[in-house]
Amino acid sequence: MNIIVLLILISVTIAVVFLAIFYWSMKSGQYDDTYTPSVRMLFDDSKQSAKNKSGSANKKAD
Amino acid sequence: MEVQHEVIEVDVQCYHCGQPCEDISWQDDKPFCCVGCKTVYEILSANDLCEYYNYQQNPGTQLNKPVNESAYDYLNEPAVHQKLLTFNSDTFSRVNFYVPTIHCVSCIWLLENLKRLDSGILKSEVNFARKQVVIDFNPEKISLARVASLMATVGYAPVITLNDNKATANPVFSADKKLITKLAVAGFCFGNVMLFSFPEYLGLEGEDSLKEIFSWLNALLSIPVLLYSDTDYLTSAWKSFRQRQINIDVPIAVGLIALFGRSLWEIVSGYGPGYFDSFTGLVFFLLVGRWFQSKTYQSLAFDRDFKSYFPLAVQRRQGNEWKPVVIYELKKGDEIKIRNMEIVPADSTLLTGEGFMDYSFVTGESKPVKITAGSHIYAGGRLIGQPVTLRVEKETSQSHLTSLWNNAVFKKPQESRYRKILDKAAQRFTWIVLAIALATAGYWYLADASQVWLIVTAVLMVACPCALALTAPFTYGNMLRQFGRHGLYLKNADVIERMAVIDALVFDKTGTLTHGLKPQVDFVGSLSEGEFANIRRLCSFSTHPLSTIISQALVQRGAGEVKEFKEIPAQGIEALINNDRYRVGSAWFTGSTPLPDDSTSVVFVSINAEPRGYFQIKTSVRQHLEPMLRRWNRPVAMVSGDNDADKDRMKMLFGPDAQLLFNQNPHDKLNYVKELQQADNKVMMLGDGLNDSGALKQADVGIAVTDDTGVFTPSCDGILQGDKLPLLDKFLRLAKSATTIVKSAFVLSFFYNAVALSFAVTGNLTPLIAAVLMPLSSISVVVFTTVLVNFAAVRVLKR
Repeated sequence: MNIIVLLILISVTIAVVFLAIFYWSMKSGQYDDTYTPSVRMLFDDSKQSAKNKSGSANKKAD
Repeated sequence: MEVQHEVIEVDVQCYHCGQPCEDISWQDDKPFCCVGCKTVYEILSANDLCEYYNYQQNPGTQLNKPVNESAYDYLNEPAVHQKLLTFNSDTFSRVNFYVPTIHCVSCIWLLENLKRLDSGILKSEVNFARKQVVIDFNPEKISLARVASLMATVGYAPVITLNDNKATANPVFSADKKLITKLAVAGFCFGNVMLFSFPEYLGLEGEDSLKEIFSWLNALLSIPVLLYSDTDYLTSAWKSFRQRQINIDVPIAVGLIALFGRSLWEIVSGYGPGYFDSFTGLVFFLLVGRWFQSKTYQSLAFDRDFKSYFPLAVQRRQGNEWKPVVIYELKKGDEIKIRNMEIVPADSTLLTGEGFMDYSFVTGESKPVKITAGSHIYAGGRLIGQPVTLRVEKETSQSHLTSLWNNAVFKKPQESRYRKILDKAAQRFTWIVLAIALATAGYWYLADASQVWLIVTAVLMVACPCALALTAPFTYGNMLRQFGRHGLYLKNADVIERMAVIDALVFDKTGTLTHGLKPQVDFVGSLSEGEFANIRRLCSFSTHPLSTIISQALVQRGAGEVKEFKEIPAQGIEALINNDRYRVGSAWFTGSTPLPDDSTSVVFVSINAEPRGYFQIKTSVRQHLEPMLRRWNRPVAMVSGDNDADKDRMKMLFGPDAQLLFNQNPHDKLNYVKELQQADNKVMMLGDGLNDSGALKQADVGIAVTDDTGVFTPSCDGILQGDKLPLLDKFLRLAKSATTIVKSAFVLSFFYNAVALSFAVTGNLTPLIAAVLMPLSSISVVVFTTVLVNFAAVRVLKR
């Protein structure tokens, strides 16, 4: 039966860890803005992209 | 003399802003409606930022006026730095700008790539919900003023006011965060307590040692709920108890403490497993209700005062040069310079120059007032014309306008003036529960004295009005969302309760009943189509507000070339178009006879020195208002700062019974609302400007009407989109039905309480019954109110 007690202790500990993680993420502002990051991750990381999709003629090579 | 033009209508959309193009200018095979849009495109394409146009079609906003490079110079003053920068060192600064033009994905992309426009900008991050941009920059490479003007040149001018400096500290927002953390803790404990209560639910026998461990774990898990999650309820109950008042939190707190105390006692004494699942569950549901009610519109501001309208800084003479100075440092006797379209920050006297002062902001009077040297000028006026110099007579905080904020109305918090429905119900409820508890105690004392303590605590426990406390948050929270969906954004849920009892409406005229942006333009006289087109072209060259109105109102299109354009301040504009000399402006300037009636804005036209007629500019009334006012059928009034030129039109609109007051200053408006309230009316005030602020605050409900939620609105209880004004009576009816829904949900939750109490007084409340009954009552109340509110909203608003 002792094994059940051990298991329960482990499960509660894990749950507390998750609660702590949630608390930290809340505190660090991860829920402040739930819209912008979802858009931001879709932006291309084109660093001065060689190919300009809009077909702009005057590209500067800087 | 008549020159006809071939007018070819081409429906081309501007590549930048999506507006229909009139004079298409091409760049890289893309059409642009104006120089402003084209310039932005050129800047972006020169910096290889054309990806901007890939995320959204026509993402830009039209730049109506060219960006004045020196407009942001005041941002370089150390005093301004101190107010605006959230972090400042020699090589690193951080600023938080509010940018109302943020509206789409492309906006986010461009603003986050600002560093590609200037290497001094290190990083920029957008918060879309709050329409804010946090910018890190290197002050050695780029000044704060340059950052702001750079943003302005690409169409994202930051709006900077005294009010929201260091905008990061948002009290509403951090309170919200705290609530969610409390909710998370309660939810976590509730779930785990339920898990450990399973043996009890299933009635499993044996393994008593394990059951005991579970009970102790439950007690342990309930401690954070008692000490952290429910603290709002306990402190609020304690406060109101000390003031000898009973609000809804008092019976809740008593119930929660009874639950926890009894459960702890049961476990310690080995009597039973306790009711920790009910305890944590109650707190969890209560917090869910509170969270649901706290829906906020983060990008809207409901608490702005006059400071938001005033510029942050102004040019002041220091010796022989003009230097920007923060306005609260202005002293009596200072000389300041005001440019076209700038706002005068303090009461002052005009020293040199002349022009027009637009007080529409302050008084509601839409016609600009002519000013000459020596004129007294009130704070809040907007200059139209050439730059002028002024001598400050009073400091900003002492100005005529700002004295409105010294009125007592602005001193006390509005919420305290109302007793909520819920608290009234709670009071009655508490007395009933106390009476029942005493009666039960008396009965059991005679029947079986050893049971008294157990049964009285059981009564107090189940009487905890959790379902009662949930009705209001869920009804009003749902209502808040429904209103928001239809263009009425309320500050908080309490406003709905006050809306339900409104029986008198007071409207402001300019900007509220009438369109702020689309005036009605009538031409009296005779002009050919081609001449109209030429006048439109001519007017589009001028930035004077009347010119803008005329050029926007005329539909005729033409391509006559404008030569020798001249703008004579306070007189008019003239130019040579197709060899005809056009003059548009005052009667004297065009050689016309002035009109005897001086009450509307009139612009005269002459061609080759021959008077041809005049434009009459009237504000146009919003559509569909009349049916709404007829449906309302209760006291209604209009208070306007404007002159009574519109009297007949307003009489037609309001009907014969309405009271129409003109030439009212802000203090008059406030007093008018007060008088109505003293005659036992519950007043809703609808206004739009700074001049309505006092009345909005004084009224039981103050609603700001606006065509663009991005612009500043005065302090108010709610913001209503201008085109949704015809729904006003329906909104009020819906608010009334919310009260009915709350009351019927009260009945439902009283029913649950009666059932639970019958178990408790007879001594049959087992933990299992408590565990079923308490969540069941909470959930059914939530479902009941949600369904009814949505049903009511569909019924009232859709028709």
